[in-house]
Amino acid sequence: MKRKLLGSWEIKKTNTSSGLKKVVISVTSIILGLIFAGLFVLLTGKNPLELYTEIVQSSVGSIYGLSETIVEMIPLALCSLGVSLAFRMQLWNIGAEGQFYMGAFGATYFALFFSGLPKLVLLPLMLLAGLICGGLWALIPALPKAFWNVNETISSLLLNYVAYLWIAYLVYGPWKDPKGNNFPLTKPFSDNGTIPVFGNTRISYALFLMFIIAVILFFILKHSKWGYEIRVSGSSRKAADYAGMSYIKNVLLVMFLSGSISGIAGMAEVSGVLHRLQQTISPGYGYTAILIALLARLNPISILLVSFLMGGLLVGGYSLQTSGFPSSMVSMFQGSILFFVLAGEMFNNYRLVRKKA
Amino acid sequence: MNLNYLIAILASGVVAGTPILYASLGEVITERAGILNLGVEGMMLVGAVSAFYVGTFSQNKWLGLLVAIVAGGLMALIHAVITIAFRANQVASGLALTIFGTGLSAYLGRTLVGIPPTSTFKTVPLPGLSQIPIIGKILFNQDLMVYLSVILVIVLWFVFYKTKAGLLLRAAGENPSAVDALGHNIFLVRYAAVIGGGMFAGAGGAYLSLAYSPSWVENMSAGRGWIAVALVIFAVWDPARALLGAWLFGVIASLGLHLQALGVMIPSYFLQMLPYIFTFIVLVITTRETKTRRSGTPAALGIPYSREER
Repeated sequence: MKRKLLGSWEIKKTNTSSGLKKVVISVTSIILGLIFAGLFVLLTGKNPLELYTEIVQSSVGSIYGLSETIVEMIPLALCSLGVSLAFRMQLWNIGAEGQFYMGAFGATYFALFFSGLPKLVLLPLMLLAGLICGGLWALIPALPKAFWNVNETISSLLLNYVAYLWIAYLVYGPWKDPKGNNFPLTKPFSDNGTIPVFGNTRISYALFLMFIIAVILFFILKHSKWGYEIRVSGSSRKAADYAGMSYIKNVLLVMFLSGSISGIAGMAEVSGVLHRLQQTISPGYGYTAILIALLARLNPISILLVSFLMGGLLVGGYSLQTSGFPSSMVSMFQGSILFFVLAGEMFNNYRLVRKKA
Repeated sequence: MNLNYLIAILASGVVAGTPILYASLGEVITERAGILNLGVEGMMLVGAVSAFYVGTFSQNKWLGLLVAIVAGGLMALIHAVITIAFRANQVASGLALTIFGTGLSAYLGRTLVGIPPTSTFKTVPLPGLSQIPIIGKILFNQDLMVYLSVILVIVLWFVFYKTKAGLLLRAAGENPSAVDALGHNIFLVRYAAVIGGGMFAGAGGAYLSLAYSPSWVENMSAGRGWIAVALVIFAVWDPARALLGAWLFGVIASLGLHLQALGVMIPSYFLQMLPYIFTFIVLVITTRETKTRRSGTPAALGIPYSREER
């Protein structure tokens, strides 16, 4: 397995990669990604360093910024944990955005129409509704995938637009707050329907939910038989069939769970942060979640770390808006980083060595 | 519903289908060579913003289109380098391209929001042909980019099935090691196909911002890039069927808009869902068909080619 290149050097394939090397490659990739995206900023006559400084200062430069970064981290990490579970089985569920919206929808239904229930009954009900709605929404692309091998990447994505329009219908139509000055939002949830927050921050107790789910996933993936099963089913359906694992059952189960975690994220957002359903409940959490899952190599603990970083990038994006930049331009930085991380993968699997004379 | 109304729906269906047709044709070329590019949405957006930028300031729509084509090709080049040279996962790289393109177009277009266009593609009735009853109004009373897209379908069909270059392209997606063994440069074929595909997506984006709704709005492609990728499966990787799919999609989309205008009592949000639900259903049905016919999908689609693992 050798390939000639560069005179006395050659590239050798290696199947092992040390932890340190992985970290070095990841950090280098992120820096190169920021440089690449910065070039586009530079080409249009702006100083990318100013933008980057602004992003860092606004996100982690103050206690307030830091707390806002954690507010953004929660939905990002939950959605990312959701998609990473599906990615483990090579199921490209990129419908987290829609599953997030549907989770918010389910939770809002109970918050609006059962607002009189005691908090300890209403909040679990809302959680369950968010979980089920997100899960069922993910089952729609999962069923054709399981039975007829229909491409789940495209189908799960198409449903994002449907979910978005469904919420639009609700908040512009039947669920619109009559006292809301015609804004597309529902009336605020009763106190019983809201998750408490820490002190005077906007960080809700859903933070615990995020840690619990991350830890559960970590143990399922690393230490359970089922975690092993979905990894095998993902890498080879034949091997899975041969070992007596039910591929169809696992596709459906993994996709349901994957969607339900994003659904929980949607519930946590409306109940913990916004306290109502509105058209703009997500700046694209479900899409950023995909990137986070890939950057974190699907490791639940790394996902928390990367979500924190991406949360900071989002907060930085909001602050760029005040300087006249669209907040969505942060996806340019995200995409660019991902390019280099993906390209860098090759250096994990290959090594440059000096040829023996 | 009277006949004139039906004609209007079909004619605007062709218009609505045209950006998707360009993008679909591009993805057909790309996938035929064995590379899956899910970055179509991002390439279209960058195409749309650059077309509007250049078209508006130079007051020359053709220059705008040209720049959009180049921009789409450059975007695709990123995907090509990552997936061909670095052999990275094609799904992930395509997603990255879409995310990147969404952000880049928002950044480049930040000063363009709300600016009126100065040069757009307008209806040019073809002399004679546009007088044909019904058909004339639907097909020959359109703008130049619509006619161009139909010509491109014919050209691509000819290249695919009647030329050596087409054979090479298809072989690259079916059996890359055979192409390599015959002494052709498989990498060159794949690079060319991916970049060519991006150029088409860029043109599709230009159609959005210079003809379909001449303006720049963040995220104006609204999922059309993804619909284009889905239609490639419907098209069984055939340019002629891509045209059929794109126009069919366009008619569904314009049907929704016209029902709204007619005051049908369905909330507009449900009508706007139609194209996505329609594409979903088409995806399911055609995948089942392709499976039973056991034909269609290029055999090496999505698999990185590496000589040492031949």
